[in-house]
Amino acid sequence: MQYALMIYAEPGYGEALPEAERAAVLTEFSALVDDPRCVSAVQLQPAETATCVRVTGGRTLMTDGPFADTKEVLGGLCLIEAANLDEVIELAAGIPVARFGGVVEVRPVVAR
Amino acid sequence: MLASLVGFLGDFDKAEEAAQEAFAIAAERWPVSGAPSNPGGWLVTTARNRAIDRIRRERTLAAKIHLLPVSEAAMDEFDFDDTAIKDERLELIFTCCHPALALDGQVALTLRALGGLETAEIARAFLVSEETMKRRLSRAKAKIKATGIPFAVPDAHLLPDRLDAVLAVIYLIYNEGYSGRVDLAAEAIRLGKMLAALMPDEPETYGLLALMTIHHARRRARFSGEDLVLLGDQDRSLWDHEQIAAGRAALDRGLALSGRGAYVIQAAIASLQTAEPIDWPQVAELYRRLADLTGSAVVELNGAVALAQAGDPAAALAAVERLDLDGYLYFHSTRGELLRRLGRDDEARAAYRRALELAASVPEQRFLTRRLEEL
Repeated sequence: MQYALMIYAEPGYGEALPEAERAAVLTEFSALVDDPRCVSAVQLQPAETATCVRVTGGRTLMTDGPFADTKEVLGGLCLIEAANLDEVIELAAGIPVARFGGVVEVRPVVAR
Repeated sequence: MLASLVGFLGDFDKAEEAAQEAFAIAAERWPVSGAPSNPGGWLVTTARNRAIDRIRRERTLAAKIHLLPVSEAAMDEFDFDDTAIKDERLELIFTCCHPALALDGQVALTLRALGGLETAEIARAFLVSEETMKRRLSRAKAKIKATGIPFAVPDAHLLPDRLDAVLAVIYLIYNEGYSGRVDLAAEAIRLGKMLAALMPDEPETYGLLALMTIHHARRRARFSGEDLVLLGDQDRSLWDHEQIAAGRAALDRGLALSGRGAYVIQAAIASLQTAEPIDWPQVAELYRRLADLTGSAVVELNGAVALAQAGDPAAALAAVERLDLDGYLYFHSTRGELLRRLGRDDEARAAYRRALELAASVPEQRFLTRRLEEL
């Protein structure tokens, strides 16, 4: 089954970490990317680079900034192929952000 | 039987339908041709057959069916003589109590699938409409299917947390036991017994069973009409002493397994409180250990009460005033009682009045009013 992992964190949480933990964050994220169950993983550029697109009356409207105006911001996405929910939850729990105050949302992907 | 069908089919609704069909067939045939030598095995086998027939029909209609991996081979060569029913109740409990499900869904599903309660009964017990309860159950079942929650006992490294979740659901059901018209407390105890039988090496399962059993044994003495009766004033002849003994036996088993967890400690406290006289210093010590484990302010409050009962109301008051529990009725009523014992009546009255503001039930209100009048 495929699952999407959406990684939310407060901007700048990485800079606030001590050196050793920052290194751990990078190592662990690489490990996830290299995991055979990881179909793809992307880190997003900061929220300031976001643009929201809507179309009304045939016109394209753009607004600056992320969709959700929350403290925590979507920072990355992973697509995981796992046998069941428990497997993907373990992977999600291993994402460094999850233990540094962030949240990983796990949702199954609609099979095509 | 339901458990093994859910395991085989990977789907609650299909399992229920299949089970009902099998029972219906049995009800028709057995009076006529006699019951088989292994009725349980016959029922499961028949239910599986019906389910497989139905699935085959659905497949030929090209409907999409989402089952847990059940191979074609497994379905084709299944055995009419298969009379061994795998006891998969443990898998079912862990599935129903999966932390990814909404808590009210876990509770409803556990009562439906393991408690064998009808949806209408569960709705009555939680004082909601049947429609609401149906939706709660559907949401939970749908999430299990959609997210691939596995029908399995969790791996050893995940087991402690997952077992905690199961125990929490059973305890929640127990605590709901005094509202509504269905005896949920008895249902919770039944589930607790089932779990202890299925996991005989887990001390906390015995701890929870002991805790619920001992509390349940004292239920008839807790109220005198509309009035709350405190532990110290309870008529012990109204206690179910057989149940207390059973609770103590469960506690002993938990302790024998080196249980030091929260439920074992709470059960030990409950057990000590059934002795005469009560060893309050021991009770206070156990509350201290429980507070260390859980970090709960309410536990610390109860510990302070034990300290007062052990003879040191001043220390108890100091401990209580360190706690941040302003919205909690028993914080203020406890303060009131301690202040009263220390002769500080005006402050005691103020505390009881604050408690009265927070009192939600008639017994609580009557109790606090009486305390105020006594001052």
